[in-house]
Amino acid sequence: MATNQEHVKLLGATGSPFVCRVQIALKLKGIEYEFLEENLATKSELLLKYNPVHKKVPVFVHNDKPISESLVILEYIDEVWKQNPILPTDPHQRALARFWSKFIDDKIVSASSKSVFTLDEKEREKNVEETTEALQFLQNELKGKYFGGEEFNFVDIAAVFVAFWIPLVQDIIGLQLFTAEKFPKLYNWSQEFLDHPVVKETIPPREPLFAFFKGRYESLLAASK
Amino acid sequence: MADEVILLDYWVSPFGMRVRIALAEKGIKHEYREEDLRNKSPLLLQMNPVHKKIPVLIHNGKSICESLIAVQYIDEVWNEKSPLLPSDPYQRSQARFWADYVDKKIYEVGRNLWTKKGEEQEAAKKEFIEALKLLEQELGDKTYFGGDKIGFVDVALIPFYTWFKGYETFGNINVEKECPKFIAWAKRCMQVESISKSLPDQDKVYGFIVEITKKFGLE
Repeated sequence: MATNQEHVKLLGATGSPFVCRVQIALKLKGIEYEFLEENLATKSELLLKYNPVHKKVPVFVHNDKPISESLVILEYIDEVWKQNPILPTDPHQRALARFWSKFIDDKIVSASSKSVFTLDEKEREKNVEETTEALQFLQNELKGKYFGGEEFNFVDIAAVFVAFWIPLVQDIIGLQLFTAEKFPKLYNWSQEFLDHPVVKETIPPREPLFAFFKGRYESLLAASK
Repeated sequence: MADEVILLDYWVSPFGMRVRIALAEKGIKHEYREEDLRNKSPLLLQMNPVHKKIPVLIHNGKSICESLIAVQYIDEVWNEKSPLLPSDPYQRSQARFWADYVDKKIYEVGRNLWTKKGEEQEAAKKEFIEALKLLEQELGDKTYFGGDKIGFVDVALIPFYTWFKGYETFGNINVEKECPKFIAWAKRCMQVESISKSLPDQDKVYGFIVEITKKFGLE
């Protein structure tokens, strides 16, 4: 629908897993948009105007109306552009999709990051344990090719963090957090998902992102000395 | 087919209160089961194996966990009356955003008000008032966050009002003085039947907080 395609903007940062989620959904639905790269160290006036509450990316702007928080944005996109739906129609299935996406945000994102970006061994151990338990729950939820079944859906998109970002950051310190040996089913899913043409074309280039995170870890080390 | 609806809950939980309000607003017949959180029922452990927490909504044997997810589920299934989410997608996104804000800010920061001391408590006080002021701004001139009738954000937020006596006493803040509009909104909500009959007495909640602080030496 022509009117829905007008004035679609995404304020983001290449390398953000939350921005990536939105980009995957937009690509899946074939929605054209203008991408505005934000420098998170010096936030633009536009970002501060569109997301005064959290001052974060992604911010999705449709006909000058901004929406923040990646999972909220995904629901909006799915409601406005009906092709290639990412949420099921059945209310209970929808509740489950929302549950697992929230689970990833609440239980996996922070704990997995803290497993790497800490110099305190006790804290690392605690977060590794938490992440491992959470990944186990997530893996048990996988019943088909994707969390969405034959096609990827809301949960798969939310889980791009697990598929791409966790393996990347764990490599900085050689941490065996999410591996094929520990989570064979989930690992297979991640490879399938990352290989899907829509996802493949959307995830950021690995090398520069790895360098960025490695730099962050090294700053952490330097600061402690 | 008659619907079987069960709510596993704990009387003082603001998250449980959200689901109670939604069920009441829609006039849904259900069985309320109070859980002993030190001795969780097999049903709770079976229906919420991941978090083992309340509230859990069980509809015809299928469980829905996480309060805001349960409220949305209720809104979608019992959609003939009292819609809690707006029909316009953009308005819906804003309702979801603000409910998420309540989750991120009010519960954790509120808890710090009565569990922390010194600098941490001072920081929590500042953050709490700031959050309420932001919510006041979002409310604007509306009667409720949902407009003329209560909506998703009202349901998400009002339960925490029952904890205010605790926050204010232990946190040494005066919300009415700092955020009069917020209190005015809360009082309007308490006039709504589905809300007033779903929430416990503020004094009882306060008594609970006093007990906990004594038990864990937080005073």
